Amino acid sequence: MNDFLAARSQMALSLGFHIVFSCIGMVMPFFMAVSHFYWLKTGNIIYKNVTKAWSKGVAIFFATGAVSGTVLSFELGLLWPEFMKHAGPIFGMPFSLEGTAFFIEAIALGFFMYGWDRFNRWFHWFTGLVVGISGLASGILVVSANSWMNDPSGFDYINGQYLNIDPIKAMFNPGWYQEALHMSLAAFAATGFAVAGVHALMILRKKNLLFHTKAFKIAVIFAAIAAILQPISGDKSARYVAKRQPAKLAAMEALYFTGNSVPLIIGGIPDSKNKKVNYDIEIPGLLSFMVNRDFHSTVKGLDSIPPENQPPVAITHYAFQIMVGLGMIMMLISIIYLAGAITKKKWRNSRWLLRLFVYAIPTGFIAVEAGWILTEVGRQPWILQGIMRTSEAVTPMPGIKYTFYLFTAVYFSLALVVIFLLFRQIKMVGKLYDVPENINLQMN
Amino acid sequence: MLYVVVGFLWISILLYLLLAGADFGAGILELVSSPKSKIITKKLMYRIMGPIWEANHMWLIISIVILFVGFPAVYTVVSVHLHIPLVLMLMGIIARGTAFSFRNYDAVKDEMQLVYSRIFVYASIVTPLFLGIIAGSIVSGKIDPAANTFMSAYIYDWLDWFTLSVGLFTVFICGFLASVYLIGESDSEEQRLLFFKRTRNMNAGAFLSGALVLIAARLENIPVYHWLFGNLVSASAIISALLSLVVFWFLFYKRKSGLLRILAAFQLTMIFVAVTYSHYPNIVLFKNGSSISLNEPGDNHTINALGWALLIGSIFILPAVFYLIYSFTERKGNQFYR
Ligand code: HDD
Ligand code: HEM
Ligand code: HEM
Repeated sequence: MNDFLAARSQMALSLGFHIVFSCIGMVMPFFMAVSHFYWLKTGNIIYKNVTKAWSKGVAIFFATGAVSGTVLSFELGLLWPEFMKHAGPIFGMPFSLEGTAFFIEAIALGFFMYGWDRFNRWFHWFTGLVVGISGLASGILVVSANSWMNDPSGFDYINGQYLNIDPIKAMFNPGWYQEALHMSLAAFAATGFAVAGVHALMILRKKNLLFHTKAFKIAVIFAAIAAILQPISGDKSARYVAKRQPAKLAAMEALYFTGNSVPLIIGGIPDSKNKKVNYDIEIPGLLSFMVNRDFHSTVKGLDSIPPENQPPVAITHYAFQIMVGLGMIMMLISIIYLAGAITKKKWRNSRWLLRLFVYAIPTGFIAVEAGWILTEVGRQPWILQGIMRTSEAVTPMPGIKYTFYLFTAVYFSLALVVIFLLFRQIKMVGKLYDVPENINLQMN
Repeated sequence: MLYVVVGFLWISILLYLLLAGADFGAGILELVSSPKSKIITKKLMYRIMGPIWEANHMWLIISIVILFVGFPAVYTVVSVHLHIPLVLMLMGIIARGTAFSFRNYDAVKDEMQLVYSRIFVYASIVTPLFLGIIAGSIVSGKIDPAANTFMSAYIYDWLDWFTLSVGLFTVFICGFLASVYLIGESDSEEQRLLFFKRTRNMNAGAFLSGALVLIAARLENIPVYHWLFGNLVSASAIISALLSLVVFWFLFYKRKSGLLRILAAFQLTMIFVAVTYSHYPNIVLFKNGSSISLNEPGDNHTINALGWALLIGSIFILPAVFYLIYSFTERKGNQFYR
């Protein structure tokens, strides 16, 4: 493995690791705020137990998210010093505000986690909500930094110099809104599906039914709404990509040649040598329609991009297919569930529906990882679209592969420990939070 | 605005030293404690550090963000040449933060606790050790931008007797801060005595390793003496630190705990004042005698925006931080603590 590849892999690993924890850190506080709210309103002890059980699990994720995020803020310089030298002052605004948001989050977290029975109940509830709001804000801010890398703005690039820097304009770059919306929805969908699935599994096993039913319901509402909105926002993102990063769009659709009435390709194996896609399903004219709202319009293919500026096609294409495929599945499950819940059909509590949610536990997070691979790999060979190449940005230090191995080992073991701890938490629910209950599975 | 940003950078680093230093120190104390006092330390620490460790840790993030947004030249030079100690420090941060939380939140308390504890205490030493090494090498004038071998570009910048002793000094300072802090938090006479003893040992350690720093500086031809006494401000800072140390010892001998922590924080602040003042505005010193100055930020618009962001942010943050620390500090009339 050469150092450049090692640096890219280490970055991908660290970000791919961090994103799981940051999604959970952004979303779980909202779930907790809801159940906490019910506890304060109704005095039903189960809601308190749900809140507390969640908060203990979340503490583990928070700590892991915080340390992996800290690592990232150093890694940007450790791996990409040349990039940071120029980009730091331009896209730094979201990071400085993000710092504020994290700080508020960390403070509120201290109050919330250690403040049970110490403070005014509603003040305590409010600190929990603040954790969620500031977490979400920090996610949005950091994504705005990323969308600036995809679509640089807020400076003039003249003769290799970065002049007339406007950090505010860079922060509100034209892409930030779509990307932030899509990412926030993704966090809710992914976390919601994972949490709902775990509680669905426990319901199926007839463990602590009241507890798990209440937890399931809170998570599933967020998950379902986000998952239904997600494809709409994804469509917005795709049209934006088509406009600003045609190379990425061409790669994710494996579109080798520019053409009119371009079909949408589903699945398939791109063959970059012969410039065609095998074993795919084609829907005539749909890509043209999706990009320009016109079935006969022109879509730019990879042939319009100089070969040295083309991203890897296969990875980008697969990542896109996986994300969209899973997104469709999640949307369908959500529609079924909501339809059942709204019309109060009996099957809304049936085992097959719960089982669907169990199978869907990892879907959201896989889609998140796939989406990020699409975004980041699809930007290659640029670290800063059209301005700086990734290979120009990498650190001169040799031997990066060893730090890559080190980080891989550390993150791998951390992931194992976190899973192990989570299993223990779930197993202990019965012991810690059991209330005498008359077993009924009413979901309303 | 440049001064606002530099001021925030200075304060963030100082607060990180003081707050996270006490936090690291608590882990160090766990290592040197007997099994029984270990439990006492652990309990106290959970109660006091638990709610604030994430917030303490944020001062590091703020410093890093200020550096890469405002002074990217500093951030990149340090990241390139001190890559290895930075990675090792990060390993310490990862291990420490996660082990601490896992120990608290593991639903089952079994022999895994021992594993977490072991990782936690060793990481509590590794992190400040490398922090000290990094700080020492930034100012030691050993970073060589013209280096052309692996060793001279990526190892000798940070590995010498001077940086190692600064690292050791940092470790003892952390232990010292923690033990002084915990004296005031103890809830029995027995605990108080325990932490008095620890304070004595850590103070002695800090003193000796401080002397080691001076000796190593001589060995490596680093003009530390000149930094500390070469200008009026630094010299008076050092002298007031020494005077307050005398007061500290006197109160310590009388077993008066009230002022101790303020004095300890004061001493550290004065050392920090002395060292930073004698270099200001230079922050990274190179082997060839040149340096990077804080007066040459990456971009002036960005410094303005950053300054406003920091000012506005601190309106929200500072009261909340102090209220947080206040709420979870034991004091008479705080009936909630147990
Ligand atoms: C739960 C996760 C999830 C789901 C169900 C979807 N996405 Fe997504 N997608 C993401 C999670 C995600 C992501 C991981 O969050 C990304 C990476 C960068 C970003 O902002 O969001 C992303 C990026 C991303 C991009 C690239 C944006 C860019 O590079 O600027 C496009 C074009 C789409 N998505 C389109 C879609 C479409 C058409 C979907 C239809 C079902 C879809 N996504 C479902
Ligand atoms: C947390 C979600 C994210 C994930 C999972 C992710 C994933 C990845 C992946 C897979 C790569 C490697 C691409 C390649 O080299 O082929 C990469 C590179 C990179 N990402 Fe991201 N990314 C995320 C968010 C961000 C954000 C928010 C930023 C910046 C603010 C960012 C900055 C970078 C940089 C600087 C590189 C290295 C240069 C490059 O390869 O272009 N990433 N990321
Ligand atoms: C899309 C990508 C990202 C998202 C959505 C995201 C979001 C978050 C969130 C919500 C947290 C709070 C901790 C938690 O909830 O567990 C967090 C922590 C953190 N993130 Fe990220 N992050 C992303 C990528 C990055 C990148 C690229 C960096 C670095 C440049 C970064 C730096 C940090 C830092 C320093 C922390 C620690 C804060 C603390 O100590 O509480 N994040 N991130």
